[in-house]
This record gives sequence, C-alpha cells and structure tokens, in this order.
Amino acid sequence: MTALLNIKALNAYYGQVQALHGLQFDLRRGSVTTLLGANGAGKTTTLRAICNMVRTTGAIEFDGAPLSGRSTENIVRLGIAHVPQGRGTFTTMTVEENLQLGAITRGDKVGVVADIERMYEHFPVLKQRYSQQAGTLSGGEQQMLAVARALMLRPRLMLLDEPSFGLAPLIVRDLFKILGKINREDKVTILVVEQNAQLALELADHAYVIETGRIVMSGTADEIANNEDVRKSYLGY
Amino acid sequence: MSAVQEAVTDAPAVEAVPKRALTLGTGTSLTVLAALILAPLFVKNFIIFQMTMLLVYGLAVLALNILTGGSGQFSLGQSAFYAVGAYTSAILMEHAGMNYALTLPIAGLICFIFGFLFGLPALRLSGVYLALATFALATAMPQLLKLGYVEHWTGGVQGLVVTKPDAPFGLPMSQDMWLYYFTLVITIAIYVFSVNLLRSRSGRAFMAIRDNEIAASAMGVDVALYKTLAFGVSAGITGVAGGLGAIAVQFVAPDGYTIALAIQLFVGMVIGGVGWLPGSIVGSAFIIFVPNIAEGISKGLSYAVFGVILFLVIFLVPHGARQVALIAQHLLGKLKKS
Amino acid sequence: MELFTNQVLAGIATGAIYACMALALVMIYQAIDHLNFAQGEMAMFSTFVSWQLMQWGVPYWGAFLLTLAFSFAGGIVIERTLFKPLAKAPILTNVAGFIALFAIINSVAGLIWDFTIKQYPTPFGSSPFLGSQLISTHQAGMIGVTVLLLIALYIFFRFTRIGLAMRAAASVPESARLVGINTSWMIALGWGMAAAIGSIAGMLIAPVVFLEPNMMGGVLIYGFAAAVLGGLTSPFGAVIGGFLVGIVENLAGTYIPGVGNELKLPIALALIVTVLVVKPAGLFGRPIVKRV
Repeated sequence: MTALLNIKALNAYYGQVQALHGLQFDLRRGSVTTLLGANGAGKTTTLRAICNMVRTTGAIEFDGAPLSGRSTENIVRLGIAHVPQGRGTFTTMTVEENLQLGAITRGDKVGVVADIERMYEHFPVLKQRYSQQAGTLSGGEQQMLAVARALMLRPRLMLLDEPSFGLAPLIVRDLFKILGKINREDKVTILVVEQNAQLALELADHAYVIETGRIVMSGTADEIANNEDVRKSYLGY
Repeated sequence: MSAVQEAVTDAPAVEAVPKRALTLGTGTSLTVLAALILAPLFVKNFIIFQMTMLLVYGLAVLALNILTGGSGQFSLGQSAFYAVGAYTSAILMEHAGMNYALTLPIAGLICFIFGFLFGLPALRLSGVYLALATFALATAMPQLLKLGYVEHWTGGVQGLVVTKPDAPFGLPMSQDMWLYYFTLVITIAIYVFSVNLLRSRSGRAFMAIRDNEIAASAMGVDVALYKTLAFGVSAGITGVAGGLGAIAVQFVAPDGYTIALAIQLFVGMVIGGVGWLPGSIVGSAFIIFVPNIAEGISKGLSYAVFGVILFLVIFLVPHGARQVALIAQHLLGKLKKS
Repeated sequence: MELFTNQVLAGIATGAIYACMALALVMIYQAIDHLNFAQGEMAMFSTFVSWQLMQWGVPYWGAFLLTLAFSFAGGIVIERTLFKPLAKAPILTNVAGFIALFAIINSVAGLIWDFTIKQYPTPFGSSPFLGSQLISTHQAGMIGVTVLLLIALYIFFRFTRIGLAMRAAASVPESARLVGINTSWMIALGWGMAAAIGSIAGMLIAPVVFLEPNMMGGVLIYGFAAAVLGGLTSPFGAVIGGFLVGIVENLAGTYIPGVGNELKLPIALALIVTVLVVKPAGLFGRPIVKRV
C-alpha cells in the first residue's frame, strides 16, 4: 500500500531559526496517525509545512505529486484539509456560511447541499445553530464546526492541530469518536497533532514522537502507548 | 449589525525598530556631524538656507517618528502644530518685540500643551480613525488662521513678515549662516533628547503601547498618560521646528501650512524609515529636493515624476533609509572580514 | 422650521455624492483593510475617460458601460503591478504608495485634459424633481443609483459564492487560504470593484461639481468622513453616513455664525470626530473586540 503523504528531509524555518530538522515520515492511506510531543517541539510547524505556510526545504509528496512551490490554497485544492490551531473559524459569518466556505472550491452544488446535511447529522448542535454567528459558539462547538468545515472539502487527508485544546474531556471524547467514524466511513486519512497523548493514542493507528524538530520515536499507537520509557520521557505520563 | 467583530491583535500596525539600531554608530554619527558643521563654510548663502530648512523639516519628521514610530499613533496633522509654532514665534517677534531665541521654547511649550490636549480625545481613536481626526485638524488650521477674529494678530490671509536676526556679538557671518548654526545646535540638542527619551522608561512605555496596547495596559503602563505625552512631545518639537522655519523663511501665511505639508512630513517619515530617528534627515532631504528634481525633469508632469520616484524608492527599500543603512552595515561587515 | 427641513433635504441631495464615494471606499476597505487615498483620483480619471469617449461620439450609456469595464480592469491592473509587490511591506509604506498614486494620476490627468473646467452631461436632466426647488432630477437620480448600488452590493456579498469568498478573505485571510481561496486575487477583485464603483461616483458627481482634475479633492474627504462615520465595515452605514455628512455640512453652514465655505469642512470633520470619540467603530460598524 503506497503512502498518501511522503515527507523526506524536511527542514522548516521561521526567519533565521530552524524549527524542523530533516523530518522524515509517511502516512499510509486510510490510517489515523498522531504526532505527539511537548510544547514547542515542532508539531504545529510540521502541519504548517505540509500546507506551505512556513519556509521549508526538502520534499513533501501527496499521492505522488510534489507539494513544493505550490501555494497554500492550491495544496488545499489537491484534497488536504487543515484544521488549524485555534480553529480559524470565520467568526463574523454564520455556521452555515462557514460550512459553505469549506466547500467553496467544489463545483457540485447538489453534493455540497447534501454534505451540509451530513455534517448536521454528525454534529447536531451545528444544525441547531446554523444561522448563528460562528463567533458566538462555545469552544467545543467551534471545534466541531472547524472539523465539519474541513470535511466539506471532501478531503483525502485531514490535518488537525490540537483539536482537544481548551475543551472539556467529555467533549474531546465525543469529537475523537466522530473522527474515528469519519476515518472508517469516509476513508479520510487523518494526521492529528496532540498534546493530549493518551486520547490521541486511543484513536490512532500509528504514532510519531517529535522533539525539538526531530522525530525521535515511531511505531504503532499500541507500541508507543505501552512503552513506559517513551511515555515518561516524551509524553509526560 | 450589532454583533461584535473579533480581531486577534496580531502584527502591530507599526513595526518595531530594535533599540540598538535606534541611532547610527559612533563613527557614522561623528562623520555626519562633521559634514553638517563644515559644509556651510564652502557653499553659497542660498544653499545654507536650504540646509537650514533641511534641519527644520528633519526636526518635524523626527517629531512624527516619535509619535508614530515610537508610540504607534498615526498623525496626518503635524502641519497644524508646525503652523502654531511658526505663528507663535512670528507673533511674539513682530507684535511683542521678543528676541527670536526666546520665542522658541515658548512655541515649543504652547505646542506641547496643544498636542497634549489634542491627544486626550484622540485616546479613543486609533488607526484610520485617528488618521481622520488628525487630518481634520490639519485641514482646519489654515482656515482658523484666516479667521476674522484673530486677523489683528495673525495678519489674516497675507500673514506676517518675520525679521531675520543678525549674527550676535558682531560675529563675521551672514544671517543665513548664523541661523544655520543656531538651528544645528537646537537640532542636535533635540535629537539627543529624543534618543534618550526613546531609550528611557517613557520610551519603553511608548513602544509597549505601539506593539500591543492591551498587553501594555495589563502590565501597568498608564496608556492614557503616555499616549497623550507622546502627542505633546511630538507637537512640541514640531512647534519648535515651525518657529525655526518661520524665522528662516522670514514670513508666515495660512496657506503655507496646509494638509499638503502634513502629507509631506508623513512621506518623509516613511522614506527615512519609520521609527529610525537618524532617517528623519534623509526623509527631510527627500521632501525638499525630490520635488525640485521632479520639476527639473518635466515641468508639466512634475507631480507625476515625484510619484514615480516615490514608488521606486518604496519598491526598492520598503523600510526606508534604515534598510539602506542596514545593507551598508552588512556590506561593510563583509568587507572587514575579507 | 421650514428652513431647517429645507436644509436637511438639500443636505440629503448633496449627501448622495458623498454616499456614492463612501461606498467605493468601504469596498476597498473590505478588500484590503485600509483606505486608499487615491480612490478619488481614480474616479476622476475614469470620469475623464467617459467624457473623452463621449467627445468621440459614443452615446452616454455606451460610454458609461465602457468606462465601468475600463475602471474595473484598471483597478485590477494597478493592484497587481503596484500594490501586490508591497503586500509584505509595512502598512505605512503602502499608504505612501497611495500618495504616490494620487500624485501620478492627478498629474497625468492634468496633462492629458488640462485644468480648465468642463461640462459633464447627466442622463437625468436637471429640472426640479417633482416640482421641488431643493432637489433636481439629477440629484434624485444620484440618490436612486446609490441605493441601487447598495442593494446590488448587498446581494453580491450575501448571496453569491464569490461574494462569500471575498468576505472570507477579508475577514480571516489564513483560514480563507485553508479552504482553497486565492486571497491574493480576492484583493485584486476588491480593487477592481472599488474602482468601478468609484467611476460611477465620479460620473454622477461631475455634472454637479464640473469636470476638472481637482474635482474629487473635497468629495474624497467628505467620502472618507462618511465612510468612517457609518462604520467602515458597513456599506449601508457608508450610504447613511454620506447623507448625514451632507446634512451636517449644510446645517453647519446655515446655523453656525461665521462659518463661510472654508470652515464648513473642518466643522463637519470635527463633528464626525466627536461622534467617533463616542462611538469609535462608527454608527453601524461592528465594535471590534480584541483578543490579546
């Protein structure tokens, strides 16, 4: 099974500061992978690098097509949806407009309308608030909206940056259940960056641990979860 | 329509200049100083007059740099303070017979108060809104100066003629040369004062406000005090510049202080490098000499040529003279290594 | 009382000019988050182009449409060549760019068409509107066109896909890119639309203030004031702001002693600034809540 996403020798820079050093990893089609590590380790930078939101050298291939040199919006159009840190909600627009924006690059009006209904099935609370200004939603609701918006793209790969941030544990559990469902039913490959390692490892098939811009550990989620040394040194529990 | 729009305070509208880079290095400063001191000895009186105006506008741009580059407040109204300073000096000299040198601190003080008072209502405004308010001030000033009520003092539309002073103690130099050195001393004093102000606690307060007003306030900076103080100081220095300008040009008239002047000072600040005090004189040189050059190139299209030159400069060095200085420093560093 | 109502009505009539200009300014503000000082000069240049077309025999509405297309394209070209390179430069540098653009357009227009005042036709005629001495048919036409423009813009932003994309790009550019919107082209489109709206404003205003390169100076300032008063994020506010500015200007001139033509502007601006001190986001603008 070929990799959907292939990252080789990836370096990323913020100005003169190098944030990622020779990163290398794959994402298998249909898998859920989690990228773990402490604050500032380079997890967010990795996601941003995939979408060309930060200066990089190295090779990133998505389904065989190289991503270097493409603008962020063109990378998205290839089928990569990115739910950024802080959700990036269009706060001044309604919930439904946010969903429509997720599908703005699609041409099939009928399909878009059908997908919006599906999102409302996944996330009933969004249906309740469909005409409300997105900025007035709670943190958890905005997170669900962000995920739904990403799904409106009908992406092949979904990148999530700390979806659990600032959310109550029960809500996070619900969210991760839905993510699992989406992965299985819609065959969406998922890469989720998390500080909350425990929950992420329950959801994921594979895991990578990143520290100061380098991958220091990789394996199946079970291996990583059961490895006490790794947990204590890198994941803090 | 009553819903709230959220804005994350991301990049500040005015970017910071690192404190180290606030001034030129010692070597460069001394060279520039030497040039400024020696140049008048070799040129004609008219050029000396132009050099005086160079310093005068340099002061005005410096003042704007403190306000915008320092405390992050936009102002398109500096021409109003310049005008008040100019008229204060003129009125004191011609109606009260005061010595020209004494009029300057008074002009500065009056403008400081004026600026401080203007800063009070301006506290609630920022960005585009503050720009509009200062713009209003600048457009109002020439009209206020023409008002019938004050015509006795201001001379109405025709303005006032100002007597140029002779060199004191019978020194053997022309009026222009004396006035130049007098202006130079004041300019250096104000420059040193400004650099120290920006390096002091007050300066840090200004810059904290510029970079993130909410955070500054949360840290205990008295935002209201420092914002109005910045306006006051900036207006005061501009007032002194106005006074010097009035003496150098030998007259004051309402239409000499229109919004066009305010816009020129703004352009001067951008060309010099926002917040970089030494750049003020480069900005001043731009606004004095480039229009002349433009007119030389094409009389009918002089304004357009000015615009084209301005575009070229901001394309090549969007951060103004400071960027040029940094590049030069970089190159010199490379030369030294090899 | 009758004088008061008359002055208010007259103010609304002149205010239509400012409302139109303010719409163009709000349009550009929506796209690029700042105000373009050269908007007035661009409108003036477009109006001259339409005048020139009519001099060459093109009938009024033909010239109107051609000018609209020319302005739209021109706005995009100016943005792509002059301001896209400045996208990463500081805002103040961009403002210097607007000033430079102002200088260039003003000067070139003066060179091509010189500074003598020219008559400019109106499609609405200038007889009294419904018999009123205060509003001419042209002024009524101006108000009508402005309101139509406002409705058209509302429909565009609320109900079209590209309108939604533009709003998104202006509101949260990074998120807009993450849904696949080319935010750079949204800005160009914003410029094009602002230029087109400005050209309509110019062609409506010229019959009243007469066509010459400096005709937009005063109008631009009032247009700014109107846009700011209305709240820069609200096209509806811009139009209301325009009418209010017209009314304030007229009332100031009538009721405040010693206010000749020269002081009308500063007083109008002063009153607007007073409003802003009380309501910093303008009358219809959304108060901006800043997260640190």
